[in-house]
Amino acid sequence: MMPVLDSTDSFSTERATEQRLLDRLRTGDTAAFEEVVGLHAGRMLAVARRYLEQEADAQDAVQEAFLSAFKGIAGFEGESRISTWLHRITVNACLMHLRTKRRRPERSIDDLLPVFIEDGHQRNPSRPWKPFNESGIEGAELRDMVRSKVNELPQMYREVLILRDFEGLDTAQTAGALGLEYAAVKTRLHRARQALRTLLDPYMREGDD
Amino acid sequence: LKQPDYITCRELIGFIADYLDGALSSEVVHEFERHLAVCPSCVAYLDSYRKTIRLGQMATVPSDEPASGTVPEGLLNAIRAVLGRSASPPSRQE
Repeated sequence: MMPVLDSTDSFSTERATEQRLLDRLRTGDTAAFEEVVGLHAGRMLAVARRYLEQEADAQDAVQEAFLSAFKGIAGFEGESRISTWLHRITVNACLMHLRTKRRRPERSIDDLLPVFIEDGHQRNPSRPWKPFNESGIEGAELRDMVRSKVNELPQMYREVLILRDFEGLDTAQTAGALGLEYAAVKTRLHRARQALRTLLDPYMREGDD
Repeated sequence: LKQPDYITCRELIGFIADYLDGALSSEVVHEFERHLAVCPSCVAYLDSYRKTIRLGQMATVPSDEPASGTVPEGLLNAIRAVLGRSASPPSRQE
């Protein structure tokens, strides 16, 4: 009977392979650095392209992420996969870019929040949104449109949205990553979602095709 | 028995994030849902708020991105320069 490599064995093998790679990185083995670049640069560039509009910025962020990763290799204990660790570093590099490379004046978030009349009703009642297809050409077009709208948000709101909603950090982790109070993250997140909702509304309302 | 007034649309929208996180008290959830039962605009707003989160996540998932083979040589060389070496393009790049 053929031996069967079950998923646990496969997982253990992968972890052992990663550990060996990590050990080589820690000794400054340049071939190991090359291997990591070859294995992960593509995925890291894909991540950066999702958050940074300009290709040059995305490439700069990946370069900075590798620099940061290799400088900090001694501090990486291997508690997560190398790919996960590099992903987090890449997102951080993107956030740094968003903070330092603002290219155009930002619109006020207040213009994108719902407006209420005196009795507390919305000035413009909300209309239902149509369902959306997440795959295929329609899905790809939708993704591009949504990304462009996310990029219209003021940076201080966009970064909260990225970490909390897109990267899946919880509120406390997001607060720690951005140096904000817990309550400030909650407030910014809610405002960011409302603002993005306003930007998407014209494209997503039922009957507006 | 007189029913208390409804919370306003402004109040309901202010509670949405906590409502979705399950962070509201049962009393506030009751008021939130009592308002929804009579306000189509807030029903639509809540649904579109949920969809906004989902659309944002969908737009940033990596599933449609190539993992490798499309990294510009210039970037790879720049990374190598960062590593303190200036090498030729990698033979392993596919």
